[in-house]
Amino acid sequence: MNTAPPNRLASAFSKPHPALVCFVTAGDGDTAANLDALVEGGADVIELGMPFTDPMADGPAIQAANIRALKAGTTTADVLEHARAFRARHPDVPLVLMGYANPMVRRGAEWFAGEAATAGVDGVICVDIPPEEDAALGPALRNSGIAPIRLATPTTDDFRLPTVIEGSEGFLYYVSVAGITGKQSAAQDSIDAAVKRLKAATDLPVAVGFGVRTPEQAGLIARVADGVVVGSALVELVGEHGENAPEALRDLTASLAKAVHSAERTAA
Amino acid sequence: MSTPNSYRTQPDDQGHFGDFGGRYVAETLMPNILALQQAYDEAKKDPAFTDQFEDLLEHYVGRPSPLYFAERLTEALGGAQVWFKRDELNHTGAHKINNCIGQILLALRMGKTRIIAETGAGQHGVATATVCARFGLPCVVYMGAEDVRRQSPNVFRMKLLGAEIVPVTSGRATLKDAMNEALRDWVANVEDTFYIIGTAAGPHPYPAMVRDFQSVIGTEARAQIQKRVGRLPDLLVACIGGGSNALGLFHPFLDDADVKMLGVEAAGLGLDGDQHAASLTGGAPGILHGNKTFLLQDEDGQITEGHSISAGLDYPGIGPEHAWLKDIGRVEYTAVTDDEALEAFQLLCRTEGIIPALEPSHAIAAVAKRAKEMDKDSIILANLCGRGDKDIFTVAEKLGVEI
Repeated sequence: MNTAPPNRLASAFSKPHPALVCFVTAGDGDTAANLDALVEGGADVIELGMPFTDPMADGPAIQAANIRALKAGTTTADVLEHARAFRARHPDVPLVLMGYANPMVRRGAEWFAGEAATAGVDGVICVDIPPEEDAALGPALRNSGIAPIRLATPTTDDFRLPTVIEGSEGFLYYVSVAGITGKQSAAQDSIDAAVKRLKAATDLPVAVGFGVRTPEQAGLIARVADGVVVGSALVELVGEHGENAPEALRDLTASLAKAVHSAERTAA
Repeated sequence: MSTPNSYRTQPDDQGHFGDFGGRYVAETLMPNILALQQAYDEAKKDPAFTDQFEDLLEHYVGRPSPLYFAERLTEALGGAQVWFKRDELNHTGAHKINNCIGQILLALRMGKTRIIAETGAGQHGVATATVCARFGLPCVVYMGAEDVRRQSPNVFRMKLLGAEIVPVTSGRATLKDAMNEALRDWVANVEDTFYIIGTAAGPHPYPAMVRDFQSVIGTEARAQIQKRVGRLPDLLVACIGGGSNALGLFHPFLDDADVKMLGVEAAGLGLDGDQHAASLTGGAPGILHGNKTFLLQDEDGQITEGHSISAGLDYPGIGPEHAWLKDIGRVEYTAVTDDEALEAFQLLCRTEGIIPALEPSHAIAAVAKRAKEMDKDSIILANLCGRGDKDIFTVAEKLGVEI
């Protein structure tokens, strides 16, 4: 069972301002320093990517990060160790693992959920386990006190939305474009309308990601959403600066945090 | 595990073949997958759809393909009678076209205006480009950059047929990476695009749908052998990459208890190392490309690359129905090395005047082993799923011949 305070995610989303959720891939560059830089820059929630050989929902930036991490020899044990060490350094910052099903279920879903809980992980986003296949991972996560965080997309219609929300915990991740990570950005109007629709259907916080790259975009989304997720733009900095990425990550995160935290909330 | 009443009622309505199969896809694709399933369920029941499918198979593909008694091969092996289902005589030279006809009719029925596909050796790409030309739909084929280099004749064929070829450089630049890229395209173009998957794998309903379209092979073969010799064969043999030609042959026979079945994977340089593509005999269960099935993977669940002399067999996964058929023991699975396949390739050329593709050469190698152990009244029926024109450069290189 998870022995750490169980409501880090809830706390992050009940701050007086929207939450900035920042993603980097485990094993890409100096992971500990990268994660610390995100926290120092003002990230409210950390998403740690689990590298996979076949990241089919990801665009070029995160694909490249996966390849770099695997080339560096990153194992599942390493990812869990990064999580455990992060938890020791940052007892209060929520940490979410994001990745694909196969590395998560390889040794059994119970094993993975147990190890992740022991490491202090608060939530798991699995890209390729839709609600229909929840049995493959969801029960194991819930039994270990880890939130299974689901994705809703522009193609998730009203008929399907309740299926996605049911069994979703922590927050609902709205994928703002029908496509892969980091490629194109959604029109702000469509994001506003989608968040409004989702918030009418659930009490879970709604965080918006995919294609969010700049403080300006993040600030606009933060007017309506409970959280803003930035991934590819950060991962590109790791690709560009390698071991020296922390400074660049800290700077970008700080400007994103400023925009997100100071956004004027409007009713979605 | 209890024996089911019928082996032909899988999958369940969630797409599960026992523990395997399913719909492990990103949420963006889920509504599309569900719509596809509904459209396919409706099409199956519509006589107009079936009529059009069968008409095209007859007049465009050239079905039924012959069932052929390989007299000289039988003599050379000195055991069981060997019969071949001649799917290499189909238009485009392989069984792949059967499935492509079915899927493009479904795409048209669903009002889709753009087709995408993945291809390894290029046979499925050629078949997809062919049906797209036939029905006037734009076609984008994802192909690993390494395969583009190895299979240049098929690349040119696809271009002649009007397809756009996108070389994929991610990963190891082979079939699985092409499939990743096709999925990335699909997720970004869900409204107008139909993804024609080439084998009996991927998210439900693909494994069942591809099997159904390919089952014409076994349905014909079952009627043909009964007509010719008055009984069913003792053993069916087919090669397996993703497994669509094998399922097409096996499925109509699954409830014939006396008919044994043998699926033949690619053992590459041997099963003791990692240079093979035998997901069932050398892999472990996992989740990739929308389904739970046997995969070549390491202890952390990272997918490893298959190797085979045959570019059509080096996919690191396998259709989920095969995983289930292995699990329940209805079908036996074995693996054949590059060298054994190459030898069988030459054997068929010289005994029967048929140049087989390297994929069914694996099946022929297994037939050669089994036939010798069976008596002369026994009947083996193997699927000759593709012709070998595309492989002559690979074979020449292996034999040290310059052409």
